[in-house]
Amino acid sequence: MKKKQYFSKSYLLLIMAFFYLPIVYVVFFSFNDSKSLTNFTGFSFRWYEQMFANRTMMESIYYSVVIAVLATIISTIVGTVAAIGLSRSKRLIKETVSQVNNLSMLNPEIVTAIGLMLFFTSLNIPFGFWTLLLAHIIFCIPYVMLSITPKLRQLDENLAEAALDLGCTPFQALIKVIIPQIMPGIVSGALIAFTMSFDDFVISYFVTGPGINNISTYVYSSVKRINPSVNALSTIIVVAITLVLIIVNVVPLIRERKKKNETNY
Amino acid sequence: MKSFRRLIYPYMVWAGIFIVIPMLMIVIYAFTKEGNDTMTLQFTIENFVRFFEDQIFIQVLIRSLILAIITTIICILIGYPAAYFIARLKPNSQSIMVLLITLPMWINMLVRTYAWRGILLETGLPEEIKVYIGMVYNFLPFMILQIYTSLSKMDPSLLVAAQDLGCNSRQVFTKVILPLSVPGIISGITLVFLPAVSSFFIPKLLGGGSYVLIGNLIENYFVTTGDWNFGSAISLIMTVVILLSMYFTKKFDYDKENGK
Repeated sequence: MKKKQYFSKSYLLLIMAFFYLPIVYVVFFSFNDSKSLTNFTGFSFRWYEQMFANRTMMESIYYSVVIAVLATIISTIVGTVAAIGLSRSKRLIKETVSQVNNLSMLNPEIVTAIGLMLFFTSLNIPFGFWTLLLAHIIFCIPYVMLSITPKLRQLDENLAEAALDLGCTPFQALIKVIIPQIMPGIVSGALIAFTMSFDDFVISYFVTGPGINNISTYVYSSVKRINPSVNALSTIIVVAITLVLIIVNVVPLIRERKKKNETNY
Repeated sequence: MKSFRRLIYPYMVWAGIFIVIPMLMIVIYAFTKEGNDTMTLQFTIENFVRFFEDQIFIQVLIRSLILAIITTIICILIGYPAAYFIARLKPNSQSIMVLLITLPMWINMLVRTYAWRGILLETGLPEEIKVYIGMVYNFLPFMILQIYTSLSKMDPSLLVAAQDLGCNSRQVFTKVILPLSVPGIISGITLVFLPAVSSFFIPKLLGGGSYVLIGNLIENYFVTTGDWNFGSAISLIMTVVILLSMYFTKKFDYDKENGK
């Protein structure tokens, strides 16, 4: 029995080593003194300096963040409204809309990407910031709806009805009764939308225009030459995401502990 | 409550314009030739004939399918034991392991693939192996998490019952655990195989441009050559192939569940 456990633990350790190897690698080589990606010649902040001096690179971070924030806000609002409407619709509409949303989510990304590319071209919309933003909103909404719909199903219909009877306008009933109850779904939908948008490469690559890059398309375009400042950029992303994930996972724990302490008194 | 029904109408228009029409445009482009006005659409199957008559295109399609299938198999072979071991840890360690597996997934896929490029740069491995490492790296977490979910949902008393009824530990695995985790494997396959067929930046970053897959072909015809009609035809063929393979996977699952 002991021997078996030893084996399973070392197996999992190996898997984790495989998952974290490239991350450790980028962080390590982002401090390298030379341009080499295989020999560590000494410690320096050289590539970080270069990164901050590189305008295209800084712009790509800026566009990634701005597009992700805007796409998240807009797709969350539109997705919430649409999901509420959908939950009250007739079956035929319900099924048609879910099928279309599924089509958008299950389609290979490259197919969605070229579809939008053909669409924007035929309308003579120039590729750039606006096509990029619109494309991100388009592919984020179905995911937002997907995470809100289960919450709507659990919703007690009588509550909104009661609010209306007690003199709420439909709008007030929506804001004061329905939205607060489906908030967890909205929050997780927004989180999914943000990561989808922030990480997206394939769709962005096909619908963006000259001079507008997000982090992914920048990395892709700079891959032909060796450019260690990409390692510095990656390290910053790794640190930022790790911090966010720690905060997201630790804060609820602390809160729970506080609550426990309070109830103990 | 019925008044909220109207809230779906704007999104129906939106989805029609931004999801359905772009898909239809791919179909229209695939069945027409270059230089057509919208007014004088002339449908042709020339693009498809061109694809299926050329050995090279067929080879690329087969290569992409094989790559996706092998990637999926490797992910099952490596991922199943990992998921199985995680499911047998203490509940607290289980959630830590799941978090540890999810964490790298939050970091941009392109950034991680770029890192592998650096690691593999001077290893002298053949291009194909490098592509496989990149593919397995990117898709393995999905497989592990899917299988783990189905394993952790399993009722432990079933295992005890099987043992009581005289199964040895191997029989418990082949007769109880494995069949019950098939749904997890199937959804894992969906999450690995689908994106693996159409992936184009992993082969491009790790294969050094000489390793062409169907996704690279589509990219070439849209970005470099500018032959959008042929590019659309290729992506239509790819979509059909993917739909067919998904249909057979699902059917296999369904037949198995119904004991056929």
